[in-house]
This record gives sequence, structure tokens and C-alpha cells, in this order.
Amino acid sequence: MKRTGSEILINGLIEEGTDTIFGIPGGSVIAIFDTLFDYSAKIKFYLMRHEQAAAHAADGYSRSTGRVGVCMATSGPGATNLVTGIATAYMDSIPMVAITGQVATKMIGNDAFQEVNTTGITYAVTKHNYLVKDVRDLPRVIKEAFYLAKTGRPGPVLIDIPSDISKAQTEFKKLPEKVNIRGYNPTYEGNIKQIQQAAKMIMEAKKPVIYAGGGVILSGADKELKSLVEKTGIPVTMTLLGLGGFPSLHPLSLEMLGMHGTKYANIAVSDSDLVISIGARFDDRVTGKLDEFAPHAKIIHIDIDPSSIGKSVDVDMPIVGDVKLVLKELLKYVSKCDIKEWVAYVKDIKKKYPLSYTKSEKVIKPQYVLEQLYDLTKGEAIICTEVGQHQMWAAQYYKYARTRQLLSSGGLGTMGYGFPAAIGAAVANPQATVVDIAGDGSIQMNIQELATVSNYQIPVKVVIMNNMYLGMVRQWQQLFFKKRYSFTCLGRHKDCSPICHGPGSHCPDMVPDFEQLAKAYNVKGYTIKNPKDVRGVLKEALAIKGPVIMDFRVDQEENVFPMVPAGQPINKMLEHSVT
Amino acid sequence: MEYTISTLVENHAGVLARLAQLFSARGFNIVSLTVAETDDPTMSRMTIVVEGDEKVMEQVKKQLNKSIDVVKVYDLTGKNPLVRELCILKVKATPTHRSEIIEIVDIYHASIIDVSHQDVTIEATGETSKVLGIIKLLKPYGIKEIVRTGKVALARSLNI
Repeated sequence: MKRTGSEILINGLIEEGTDTIFGIPGGSVIAIFDTLFDYSAKIKFYLMRHEQAAAHAADGYSRSTGRVGVCMATSGPGATNLVTGIATAYMDSIPMVAITGQVATKMIGNDAFQEVNTTGITYAVTKHNYLVKDVRDLPRVIKEAFYLAKTGRPGPVLIDIPSDISKAQTEFKKLPEKVNIRGYNPTYEGNIKQIQQAAKMIMEAKKPVIYAGGGVILSGADKELKSLVEKTGIPVTMTLLGLGGFPSLHPLSLEMLGMHGTKYANIAVSDSDLVISIGARFDDRVTGKLDEFAPHAKIIHIDIDPSSIGKSVDVDMPIVGDVKLVLKELLKYVSKCDIKEWVAYVKDIKKKYPLSYTKSEKVIKPQYVLEQLYDLTKGEAIICTEVGQHQMWAAQYYKYARTRQLLSSGGLGTMGYGFPAAIGAAVANPQATVVDIAGDGSIQMNIQELATVSNYQIPVKVVIMNNMYLGMVRQWQQLFFKKRYSFTCLGRHKDCSPICHGPGSHCPDMVPDFEQLAKAYNVKGYTIKNPKDVRGVLKEALAIKGPVIMDFRVDQEENVFPMVPAGQPINKMLEHSVT
Repeated sequence: MEYTISTLVENHAGVLARLAQLFSARGFNIVSLTVAETDDPTMSRMTIVVEGDEKVMEQVKKQLNKSIDVVKVYDLTGKNPLVRELCILKVKATPTHRSEIIEIVDIYHASIIDVSHQDVTIEATGETSKVLGIIKLLKPYGIKEIVRTGKVALARSLNI
């Protein structure tokens, strides 16, 4: 039977298991949306208020489920607005398919209305992209796009569909059964000799440490990782994206390492004689000064992407393969390691240098809010974050027990990610409590999605750690730029003095008033200024069925510690303010 | 150091742009790049000469392999590959110098492919050193225009 490009697309998406799309219609996708109108029983479409948010929502949907997230936008500005969201997914290897409209094929290159070179713009931020110039290619392209997005090292794939292609007709029954991409053959099984060699290194090590990243979660290797830890007795530290890959509260967990990692994780890695990197990529926020990262250690690097291996650090034993399959094989060759002294030392530094902050009864400490949230949600909530101080506190003070529980933009560091990602996670997990931990700066980068959560009654709980600053940059200014708070104060008023060194009674009122703003969107809002009210409000808000905004007015100059200053080795941490 | 890489890539629109983008995004420095269809119309061969060190080279190869459009990557560096470059030069040729120029062309096994009252146009093919040699010798006569293809290369069948 002859079908239009739009019908092929929607049926193809359904065939690939898509049940949810986030997006915004527009001129060049109008035919696709017309078709979508008839498929509401099979595909739930969420109308967002900005395309960037649509991409983040698809990302949140994907991160919280492991399925491929799908977003859709029109040509030109619709496509360019998606770019930040696509780049966010690309940096964190999140499987996503982005569908954009394009001007009609005969108009391409004409500087037509709402035309941009979408594939050209997105080369650098997609795993692959397609411009469909013949409707007969569409079934193959859809099949390939999903296959590429979710296999190998996952990532976003974009399909650009000109408006005449979505209207053109061709014979169509089903997508092709198989894909055949001759330039794409990811390696899944690790080389057995290298795995055996790695096992030998593990058994010979005196001070080994496992460094687990997002690959553990993407590959679904949490059980294998736990078996490896329990079989060998080796302590584990995780990257931001690796959190949840191993239970944070396990006795052998060292939690997060790196710039804002725990002191014990950073010391353990620095003192180790073997680093076993599993699905992580030695990001600069993890390693600090590269030359002094784990200076005494040999390095085993397990990763599905060969280009990640040897990119930053020289590796003693590379293993290219899927983390889950490699660990399964590795488990056959390892046993209990003879590392009693090392483990005792690690447990000792864990006790000696716990995460800590100065408690207060006068002012709300953001860490306290997170502790209360953790307690009230029994550690079971899906936590999304924006980017900045609150993100690091959320990584430190909420304890993750399972994979896909923390959704955070690690690689690109996208402010404005958390709220729409929480929308994606909430619609994909209707039974879960989904909380966006935000800053007052980040939340304003996609605040328009209040309309989306209000209209669809998506029960996202937004916790704003409101310090009236772009807090992380302010922290750097305080520590490294002589407290010159250049353009980081979000309360700054035209009447403020030109040089301001900090908050005080002279400060104007916070803009916006988030409680009032929530009200304008018909969303329940709270303003919390007293530490005594924190627990009560959280409890009340968590019991509400719909969306809620909580504006916690927190200690304005609270800093994230420990902190490794940029370019320093990770065992040289700042542990408190030097004001 | 210069590295020579030969790749087979899908022959469709956008592949060159995608790979060129890959090089610029990673900060790799391209010395020359040539591309044309192979005997199989679905595939093109690209010869890329890159400047860098061993670490850069390893990333170049890995990143090329990672690209979905790249079917095969051959590193020809240090393997004594068959390398050719084509150069076309338009050289000022007054009657007094014309015979000298023809002599140089003969020595280099190059050929004259166009001629006028004021100049001759010469085609020179060979390894890069040969092309650079003829350019150097003809320069004093006045090179009006020049075009070079950059290297094309293939691996040798026998490694002797």
C-alpha cells in the first residue's frame, strides 16, 4: 500500500517502540503532526514550550528508562533550539532520535524561510545524522537511526525530513528487518587474552580501586559490577554519571571522585597501584591535573569506544568491549584479592574524612535540604539536576542505590537540563517520585516548562536552592578572584553599587518570586526561609499529586566542598572557605 | 611529523563535510586531502595527510573509524606506500628561456600541455619531492599560476 512519508515515519517510530514524543510543531513538520493527530492512542505527544526542553525531556525519558528518547521540531529555529539538548545527550552518550522538519527539497540552499543547514550544524553533536531526500529511503533511515542510537556507544541521531518528503508517497509495509551499515561494527566481546591479563593485574595489585562511569549504567552492568566488587573486595569510586552504578552506601563504596568528589575517593585513587576504569573516560573534572592522576597506578581501561582509550591517560591494559560482557568474562578469572591492609586504610580514611558542612539553625543549608529529601523519599526518588553548586550537592548528599536514579548533564554541563529532563523521567515513570534539584539561575533557563507540567499535570517536584547567585561561578570568584562577584548576582539592581563583594541587608528582593510565578502557571509554590520549615514543606510537597515548586532561600555564600581547584592534582583539595 | 592515511568512505552527500568537521573539531591539522569515487560507485577513497605526533595520529585513526561513513582506514605511514602528486604550473616563457624550460621539463619527465606566446603550462606528476624539485627549478623563470592535488597514495602489494 502507498503511504506518505509522515505515515511511514509515525508507523516506523511505533515499530521501534516509541510511545512518547516531546516537541513543538511548525511549518515544515505540519504534515507529520497531522498524521500524529490520528495516532494518539499509540504515541503520546507532549507539547513543550521550547525545543531545547523537548530534547532534554527526550533525554530524561531515555536516561530514566534506557529506551530511545524521541523529540521533534520544525526547521530553522526549531532545529537550532534542539541543538543544546542534542549536544547534552551526545556528551553523555544518551540514545536519542531527534526528528526535524526541513524546507522542501527544491528550496534547500535557497535561504528559504526557516531554513538552516541542520545536518551541517549537528555533525559535531550527533553520533550520526541524515537528510532524507527520497521518501523511499525513509524506512531504512528510521531503522538505522534507532539502531545507531542504542547500539555501541549510544548517542543521539538526527533525521532531517524536508516538507515535501513527508507528503510524498511510496510503497510501505514495515521497516526493513535488518540494518546493514558497513562502516559500523562495534566491538562487544572483549579480547579474552587482555581480559585474562587484566585479571592477573587485579590479583597482583596491592592497592586496587575501581573507577566506574556512565558506561556501567548504559550497559546495564550494575549487577556484574557488584559481583566483581563482592568477589574481589576492591573499593569502588564513581563519576557523576556513574552514580547509581554501585550502591553509594555499600561499605566498599567511596562515592564520587574528582573536582567535588569525596576526600576519601580522591585519596584512594591517588594512593592506588591499580585503577580499573569501567565505562569511564578520564574527564578533566575527574582527573584534575593529568600528570599527577593516580601517579603510582597501572591502569586497566574497559570501554566500548576505542577512541576513549588512550585519549587522556596512557593505559596499561586496554579492553575494548561492552562493559557488561567484559565484566562477565572477567569474573571468571578473579577471586578474593589479598588487600586487607588497603581496604582497612580506605575504610579508615572514609571514617576520618566524611562529607561535612556547617549546620545552622538560622539559615537553610542546601545540604540539609538534600538530607531531608533523601530521608523523606527513602532514597527512592529519581533525582534530576540542573548544573552548578546544587548539582554537586545533589551528587554528594543524596545517596543513590540503583541505576538510572540520577539524571544530570555531566559532559556538557547544561544549565536548564534538569526541569525538562524531570518531565521526561516523570512521564516515563508514572509511579516514581521525580525531583528536580535546581539553582535559581538554572531553573530560569527553562522556566517556561511550568506551563507543560501544569497543563499535563506532570508531578515534578522542583527544589530550588535559591542563593540569588550563579553560585558555582560565584564560588570560584570567591576562592580564586578575590571575591570580585562580577555579574554572578541574580538580584543585582540598577541601584546597586558598582562593586559589590557580597550579600547583605542592602540587597534588593529576589526576582522572580518563584511562589508567585508558580501561581501564575497554576502550580503550587512554596517559599521557605526558615530551616525549621524545611522538612515540613518537603513532606507536604511530596504528598501533592501534581507539580510543585519549592523556593528554598539558602545560605547565599555556601560553597561546595571538598573542591579540587582546576588544574590541581585531585589529592590537593580545599575543604573549607578561605575567606 | 606527517602521516599518510588512506580511507574508504561512503560516497554520498555530506561525507566530506562531516569528516572535515571531525578534523577541525578535534584540532587535527590537515596537510592535504584528496577524494574521488572508486571503481565501486558507492565508495570513495580519501587520502589524508596529517601533521602531528603519534598520539594525535592514534586519535585521528580512532575518530575516523568511529565515523559511520568511514568503511575502512589504512595507515600508510612508514610503509613505503606508492605516493603520487600532480602539479600544473603556468610558467613565464620568453623566447630566450623557452628551451631551458623544455630541458627541465624533459629531465623531470613532465610534459607541456599548453603553450602561448608568453608562457607554457606544464604537468608534473610524481612523488612530492619530485614536484617540489621542478617547482624550485622553474621558479626563477616566473611561475604565474600553480595548482597541486596533494598526495594520493596506495599500499604496495609486495612488501620487499
